Amino acid sequence: MSVATAATTARPPRRLGLPGRDARTAYLYIAPALLVMAIITFYPLIFQVYISFTDFQFKNLLPRNPGPEWVGLENYARIVESRLGNQFFNFARMLSFNLWWAFANVVIHVIIGVGVALLLNQPGLKFKRFYRAIFILPVVIPAIIVATVWKNMFHRDSGAINELLTGVGMLFKIPEQAFQIDWLRAPNDILPLMPLAFFALLIANTWLGWPLNSVVATGALQSIPKELYEAADMDGAGPWQKFRNVTLVYLRPAMVPYAIYGFVTTFNLFHLSFFMTGGEPQGKTELLVTQAFRLVYQQREYGIGAAFAVLMFFILLAITLLVNRAAKATASFDQ
Amino acid sequence: MARVTAGALRRRAQRRSATTAGDEKKMPLRRQAILQALCIFVTLTVLFPIIWVVSLSLDPRDLSRPDGLNLIPPGASLDKYADAVNTPTSNPVSFWELAFNSLKLAVATSFFSVAIGVFAAYAFSRLQFRGRQFLMLAILAVLMLPAVATIAPLFLQLNAVRIGDFNLRASLAGVGLAVVSGLLPFAIWNLKGYLDTIPKELEEAAAVDGASRHQAFFHVILPLAVPALAVTAFLGFIAGWTEFYFSVTFLENVKDWTLAVALNSMVGQFATTTPWAKFSAFAILFALPVSLVYLLLQKYIVAGLAIGGVKG
Repeated sequence: MSVATAATTARPPRRLGLPGRDARTAYLYIAPALLVMAIITFYPLIFQVYISFTDFQFKNLLPRNPGPEWVGLENYARIVESRLGNQFFNFARMLSFNLWWAFANVVIHVIIGVGVALLLNQPGLKFKRFYRAIFILPVVIPAIIVATVWKNMFHRDSGAINELLTGVGMLFKIPEQAFQIDWLRAPNDILPLMPLAFFALLIANTWLGWPLNSVVATGALQSIPKELYEAADMDGAGPWQKFRNVTLVYLRPAMVPYAIYGFVTTFNLFHLSFFMTGGEPQGKTELLVTQAFRLVYQQREYGIGAAFAVLMFFILLAITLLVNRAAKATASFDQ
Repeated sequence: MARVTAGALRRRAQRRSATTAGDEKKMPLRRQAILQALCIFVTLTVLFPIIWVVSLSLDPRDLSRPDGLNLIPPGASLDKYADAVNTPTSNPVSFWELAFNSLKLAVATSFFSVAIGVFAAYAFSRLQFRGRQFLMLAILAVLMLPAVATIAPLFLQLNAVRIGDFNLRASLAGVGLAVVSGLLPFAIWNLKGYLDTIPKELEEAAAVDGASRHQAFFHVILPLAVPALAVTAFLGFIAGWTEFYFSVTFLENVKDWTLAVALNSMVGQFATTTPWAKFSAFAILFALPVSLVYLLLQKYIVAGLAIGGVKG
C-alpha cells in the first residue's frame, strides 16, 4: 500500500499505542492480581508439594516441636495403595466413582437443561418470564442447605421421597411397607459403583444443576438468527433436521465449555457428598474432595492431606488438558 | 439477481418476525395447554424442596426426624425463627454477631476479587505481553483446583503470621485471604470471558478521539462491563457468605464464627440429632440475604450467564 493511500484512508489504527506501551500497561494492570495470587494462590501450592513429602501432623503445630520429618514418597504410596488406616478407603474405587459421578451428572444436566430451554423458547408460550425466574431458584440456595434438605427428604422412615412414593404406590395398591427405602445407607451397589445413595445424590444434584445449563442454552438459542430456520423451512427440512443442522450447531459452542466447567465443578462437588451422605454407605460415595477435607480437618494429617491434594491436582490437570483441547478455552479475543 | 432475492427474503422474514422475541406469535390452544402442563410440572419439582424447608421451619414440634408429608404442620408458628435468632448455637454468640461476620467476609472477598480481577482480566483480554499464554494457563489450572485442596498449606502459611496474640490463621482476615485465593482466578477468568465479547472497535474509536488506554478502559469498557462485574461480585458474595471449609478449619474463637459455621455445627457429624425445625428456620434466615441480592441483580446475572454461554 502506498504512503499516499495510507495517509488518506481514515482507518482507525489496528492497535492502540506501540507494542512497548501495551506491554507496560499490561504489567501495570496485572501487577496487583499477580502479587496477591502469588502469595495466597500460587505459593501455597508450591508449599503444599513440599509438605506432601513430610509427615506433617497436628503434633508439629505445637510449640517447641522440632518440625516435620522428610518421608519422601511414603504419603503417596499410602494413598495409592489404600493404606490410610480407614478400612473403607479404596483409592481406585474412589477415583472411578468420582469420574463416573461427574460424567453422569453432566450428561443428565445438559440434556434436561437444553430440553427445558427448548421448551421455554417456544414462541407464543405464556408466562415465560415467570417460569424463568422460578427455575433459577435452586442455584440461589446455599449448597449446605440444599444438601441437608435433600438428606431430610431421602430419610428412610418418613422423608418426603418415600412418602411420595408410598402415596403413588397406594394408587396402584402397593402396600405401604414397600417404600421404606433406605436411600442413604443401603450398602449394596445396584449397578457397579452405584449404591442407592448414588441415585439419591444424582437426583439432588440434578435438581440443583439443570437450571444453569438451561440458562446457558437459552442464551445460545436466542442468538440463532430466525432467517436460518426460515431458509431451512424453504428447503423443506423437517423438525428433526432443523434441530440438527441449525439448533445444535449454535448450541454446541455454548454448551461444550459449560459442560466442561460443569464436569470439573461436579467432580469437586463437596457439599452434597459431605452433608447428604457423609460418604456412606461405607465410604462408597466419598469423593476425592471430601476425603481430602477429612484428612486435614478430622485427622489433622497435613502431610498426607497435602499429598492427596497434589494427586488430585494432577488428576484434574489431566482431565482438563484432555478436554481443553476441544474447547480452546484460552483463546483470546483476536484469535 | 441473487442479491435482490436474498434481500427480499430478509425483509420478508423480518416483517413476519417483527417483534424481537417472537412472543406475539399465536400458539394453538391444545399445544399451549400441553406445554403449560409440562412447565407446571417442572415448576413443582423445583419448588417442592423449597416449600418443604419452609414448612419444616414452621413446625413448632421439635422433631429430630421428619414427620411425613404435612406441608403445613399442625400449629404452624414462627417459634423456631425466634429460637434460631436467640440461641443459634449452644455457644455464647448471638445471631447478629454471626451474621455480621458473614457479611464482613462476603463483602470483602467479593469486592477485592472483582476490583483486582477486572484489571487483570482486561490485560488478558486486550493486551499482548510476554508470558500471557502461560499465565492464562496457570490461572486455569488453579481454577479447577477445589478450595479444599489448599486448606493444608494455607493453614500452615497463615499460622506462621503471628503478631503478639493475633494469629492470622485464626482470624476472619485469614479466612478472607484464603477465600480470595480461590476467588481471584475465577473472577479473572469470568471477567475476561465477558470482556472478550466487547468489540475492540470501541476502544479504537476512543483512540481516534484521543483517549489513552487507561481512559478507554475506565470510560468505555468498564461501564459496558457492569453486568459482568455484577455477576462476578454476586458470585463472590455467595462464595464468601456460604464459605465453610476455611472458616471451620481455621477459626477458633466462637466470636469469629460465621453463619455458615454455626449452621454446620447443627448438622455436621458432631451433631447428635438434627433439630430439623430450628435448622430450617436458621437455613431460611441464612439463605435470605443471598436470595435478596440475587433478586436485585437478577437481570444482570441471567444476561451475564447467557452471554457467557454465547461466547462459546
